[in-house]
Amino acid sequence: MQTKVFQVLADNTSGVLSRIASLFSRRGYNIESITAGVTADPKYSRVTIVSSGDQNTLEQIEKQLAKLVDVKVVTELVPEESVYRELALVKVKVSPDQRQNIIAITDIFRGKIVDVAPECLIIEITGGISKIDKFLELLNGYEILELARTGTAGLSRGIENVTYLP
Amino acid sequence: MIGAEAIVKCLEAEGVQYVFGYPGVAICPFYNSILDSEIRTILVRTEQNAAHSASGVARLTDKPGVCAVTSGPGATNIITGIATAYADSIPLVVITGQVNSELLGSDVFQEADITGAVESFVKYSYLVRNADDIPRIFKEAFYIANSGRKGPVLIDIPFDIQNNTIKKFEYPDSVNLRTYKPTIKGNSAQIKKVIKELSKAKKPIICIGGGVQLGNAEEIVLDFAEKHGIPMVTTMMGIGTIPTNHPLHFGMVGNNGKPYANKAMNESDVLLMVGARVADRAVSQPDLITRNKILIHIDVDPAEIGKNAVSSIPLVGDCKNIFEDLSKESFNIDCSEWVSTLHQYKKDLKIVRHPNNDYVDPEHFITALTEKMENDSVYVADVGQNQIFSCAYAQIKNGRFLTSGGMGTMGYSIPAALGAKLAKPERQVVAVCGDGSFQMSMMELATFRQHNIQAKIIVFNNSYLGMVREYQHHTYKDNYSVVSLDGSPNLEKLVSAYDFDYLRLENNKDTSKVIDKFLKDKNNVLLEVMIDPMDLVK
Repeated sequence: MQTKVFQVLADNTSGVLSRIASLFSRRGYNIESITAGVTADPKYSRVTIVSSGDQNTLEQIEKQLAKLVDVKVVTELVPEESVYRELALVKVKVSPDQRQNIIAITDIFRGKIVDVAPECLIIEITGGISKIDKFLELLNGYEILELARTGTAGLSRGIENVTYLP
Repeated sequence: MIGAEAIVKCLEAEGVQYVFGYPGVAICPFYNSILDSEIRTILVRTEQNAAHSASGVARLTDKPGVCAVTSGPGATNIITGIATAYADSIPLVVITGQVNSELLGSDVFQEADITGAVESFVKYSYLVRNADDIPRIFKEAFYIANSGRKGPVLIDIPFDIQNNTIKKFEYPDSVNLRTYKPTIKGNSAQIKKVIKELSKAKKPIICIGGGVQLGNAEEIVLDFAEKHGIPMVTTMMGIGTIPTNHPLHFGMVGNNGKPYANKAMNESDVLLMVGARVADRAVSQPDLITRNKILIHIDVDPAEIGKNAVSSIPLVGDCKNIFEDLSKESFNIDCSEWVSTLHQYKKDLKIVRHPNNDYVDPEHFITALTEKMENDSVYVADVGQNQIFSCAYAQIKNGRFLTSGGMGTMGYSIPAALGAKLAKPERQVVAVCGDGSFQMSMMELATFRQHNIQAKIIVFNNSYLGMVREYQHHTYKDNYSVVSLDGSPNLEKLVSAYDFDYLRLENNKDTSKVIDKFLKDKNNVLLEVMIDPMDLVK
């Protein structure tokens, strides 16, 4: 099993995300995360998909994605040549005496406290998948009331791999 | 002009001659507008068969077949037909009526999310939101359906959109699809590699799939094979691409194919797989076709290459275009020794059947039938034991062999034959089915009668779902479960209700005479052939 991050440039039409998602479900491919958003050119959407499988499956995923009529191009975002980021919002239950400790951990991870209520606060944290996992590990002793993760978004580094659109 | 009239104009612009379908309120504006057109509408008796009939047209005209059905159950009923076309890469444009746009999603009467439901069986689908988009969408739909790897495209059109006035009708000359650009031309470096391997080959073979006919490459592939003396085998979908009795043709491969065809493919040193998926029925052990040999896989769909077998030389493109390029390269090989080995295999590995003489032997019957059929006739095989017998024994000359290969949809032959006969009225078209598959489509006898389309139908009667019975014979030691067709109608009485002529063949004795009568009949005719209920395809 390997994990790969695919970047899909697709027509920004209704239904394109459901077509991509249904491709994964009907062919039994794994989706670890999927994020989508409009690109600099509003005609296109950029979809970042983290998927896992054996070499053959991952090759098929790339080809089947490319075959979708709405998809312009599919590229793999290779770890060494790419930047991945994910955002997480974590609502943690805290008593007044725990608050300083949480703020300290958040600082170390360069997170932000974005909401404070008498019994809980919300932390915003961005980073690669492992950074967010590590952060959540450190919150082990606390009660996480709610957690929202966006999934991975990514871009390739440098100017060489830019996909120019017509 | 309203949306419905615009749809008809689009169909006219695409040269559509027939629309198969079944109306309901949601598609009524369209069916009202088409009355003003020369396009002929054919009312089938159930929606699934509209798609099969359109498939028959598509396969004989190289243009998408068109059907139009209503929303809800009309749309869901046609799904099996769409899936059948998708599995065999047959181009269709399927129009479905839909409830009013403002009611979409509210579960009103006869609402079904058809674009969602068919997602995995179509090449693409549209839900029309604005009547002004109709010309562009139809232009795109016909282009997508009939280019690259062909397949069905569905257009769902709400009732109100069909009635809305469109500003200006202008049918586009070309499509502008930013994200869809199928590869036509083969990579020249890969073509050089293919030639290099072929020129070293001692035992090359070409395996012809359905893609060769879909890509109109029959002639050029055959010319290439003949020029270099390279032997050929076919998949089920490839049957009829080259004449059955061609001296370089060594039969159909696969678990229901000829043992010598499989041996030829497995023993080859260079295997050219052309327009074939390497699916489980054709190649049950993909490692056998990659072991000790160079596998050259030519397909217009890059996702097919490497899906089931890893090829040594992948070559993506339209097979006609690729074979034109391959034909420009000169090389010399001598395959005569290999071909004579294959002829020896053909003799040694011939399956000798031991037919029960109380019944008609399918080998004897199909051989005699197809020898007597006209040179360019169309043989439409159904699904079941009858399909396997048809594949094994039909002698196709310069005609066509149509069947549902990928999906294996019972009931395909009768509506597909109807479409084929409409498309090519001058050609002899014969549907061959079993008593199970016949009963799945027998309502279409009325369609032949209503529209004066000549029907020639052969029903192999064994009073069983033979293919499943055979499986239960092998796997469950003759514990038959739900395979008896007792209770089937008396076919003579049944077809007389539709004014069909009826012929019956009980044993091999009168085969020749009865076939002559059947083929010469000017009326609609059904021939019932009694075969051994216990017969096995292998």
